[in-house]
Amino acid sequence: MLKVDNLHVSYGNIKALQGISFHVEQGELVTLIGSNGAGKTTCLHTISGLHHPQKGTITYLGEDISHLSPYEIVKRGISQSPEGRHIFPGLTVYENLLMGASQRKDKKAVFNDLENIYSIFPLLKDRTNQTAGTLSGGEQQMLAMGRALMSRPKLLLLDEPSLGLAPIMVEKIFYAIQKVREEGGTILLVEQNARQALEVADRGYVIETGSIILEGSAAELKSNAEVEKAYLGG
Amino acid sequence: MGSLDYFVQQTMNAFSLGSIYALVAIGLAMVFGILRLINFAHGDLMMVACYIAFFLTTTGLSFIPVLVIAILATTVLGILMERVAYRPVRGAPDVIMLLTSLAVSMFIENVFIMFLSPVPRTFRGVTPKVLDIVNHWGPVNISNINLITIGITAVLFGFLYFFVKRTQLGISMRATSEDLMAAQLVGINIDRVIVTAFILGSSLAGIAGILWAARLGKIDPLMGFIPLLKAFVAAVIGGFGDLAGAVLGAYVLGFAEIFLIGFLPPALSSYRDAFVFLILIIVLLIRPNGILGSTEKEKV
Repeated sequence: MLKVDNLHVSYGNIKALQGISFHVEQGELVTLIGSNGAGKTTCLHTISGLHHPQKGTITYLGEDISHLSPYEIVKRGISQSPEGRHIFPGLTVYENLLMGASQRKDKKAVFNDLENIYSIFPLLKDRTNQTAGTLSGGEQQMLAMGRALMSRPKLLLLDEPSLGLAPIMVEKIFYAIQKVREEGGTILLVEQNARQALEVADRGYVIETGSIILEGSAAELKSNAEVEKAYLGG
Repeated sequence: MGSLDYFVQQTMNAFSLGSIYALVAIGLAMVFGILRLINFAHGDLMMVACYIAFFLTTTGLSFIPVLVIAILATTVLGILMERVAYRPVRGAPDVIMLLTSLAVSMFIENVFIMFLSPVPRTFRGVTPKVLDIVNHWGPVNISNINLITIGITAVLFGFLYFFVKRTQLGISMRATSEDLMAAQLVGINIDRVIVTAFILGSSLAGIAGILWAARLGKIDPLMGFIPLLKAFVAAVIGGFGDLAGAVLGAYVLGFAEIFLIGFLPPALSSYRDAFVFLILIIVLLIRPNGILGSTEKEKV
């Protein structure tokens, strides 16, 4: 479904990605793990069209999307819940979710999806007319995920959904990820919390300083000595 | 004349002046909110609207069609400005965007000076005579131009409020101005949002320009500078980028200016603009992000 091939991205003189390749198949949950500054976020930003690569291709459903605008990419069915949540603080919860459906014309279906999001995240329903900036961190994360789901993505990109959240909230977020999975969603998950990520993922890649150093099934990675030492605190 | 009558009359003047500043400041704040661009050429849009109105009037056209065409043409110029000058530097460092907008402003002003001469022209023949009538309501004297300025502004505010709060495009505009990256990631068409901001901003500037010229009775190629500066101050006082703040700032400024003229000794009243900027400095010392500006630190 998504095939990233030999991707090079740099900001000025800083080489953030140095030839990354990986793929995500329909219905899979694939995770990118790695420490801070390894290039995971740059990778997701590039897929979403916020950056354009100097070299390499991003093929999505048979089309090279590496030079499309973010707008065009959402239109093709890829949406993202960014690191740091980036909800619209001055808009209400409802308006935030509505923005997720910016490109949809099917008003009735949008309304149904809204109810669906509220059923995954009941907390959001209680706060529907509240300004998003007043939500707690965990609620904001739910909102960011819900907003990304409102475009009915074929591929959902999640960047650090558990970052800075209380354990109970982390649990809720991962429960929601499972739920999206069960409904047939394809997810690319970037996480520092490698243990949690490998718990839910089918496959994973380990990124270090802009390159992929290891790949395999979630079970393989979990039992890998290096991964255990570096990322699972083994 | 009693002091209460004087007060009522000056209040109307202040509302009217503040309304014009507000119409200009809204456009400035809208564009700044989304692009972090201070559009120095915004004041020139006022001037262009007036010149178009002036020349159309000489062809014998009556006021309403003149007004409509002038505002439409100004809007087209605003769209062109974005397309030709600002889109190529979108996302560039602030200084580059600032210099670009200064260049656009100087270009427009100098083209007008070169082809139409810097000599002021009278605007009296353009606006209908009825605007110049002063109503004597008891001891209070209020001109029609003040009433119309306040009325038009109120209607436009109502329209804008509905647009920004209730329409999909309006909500998208608020979202984009709050977080450009997130707006892109959720698939908002930011080109469309930015063009909309320029359409609204330049049409409001066109209307403000004609109201401004109707007050002063004359136009010249540099007439946009002072109202632009005042609108800029208004937007800064209110908290730059925030529409409600810009409107509030504009009325604060309008009131400050009118009442300073009223109460300052005549020898000092010609320094009123200096006092206006003094107010700006004081507000910024107390609230560096403006009256309604968020106290949140700038995100890295």
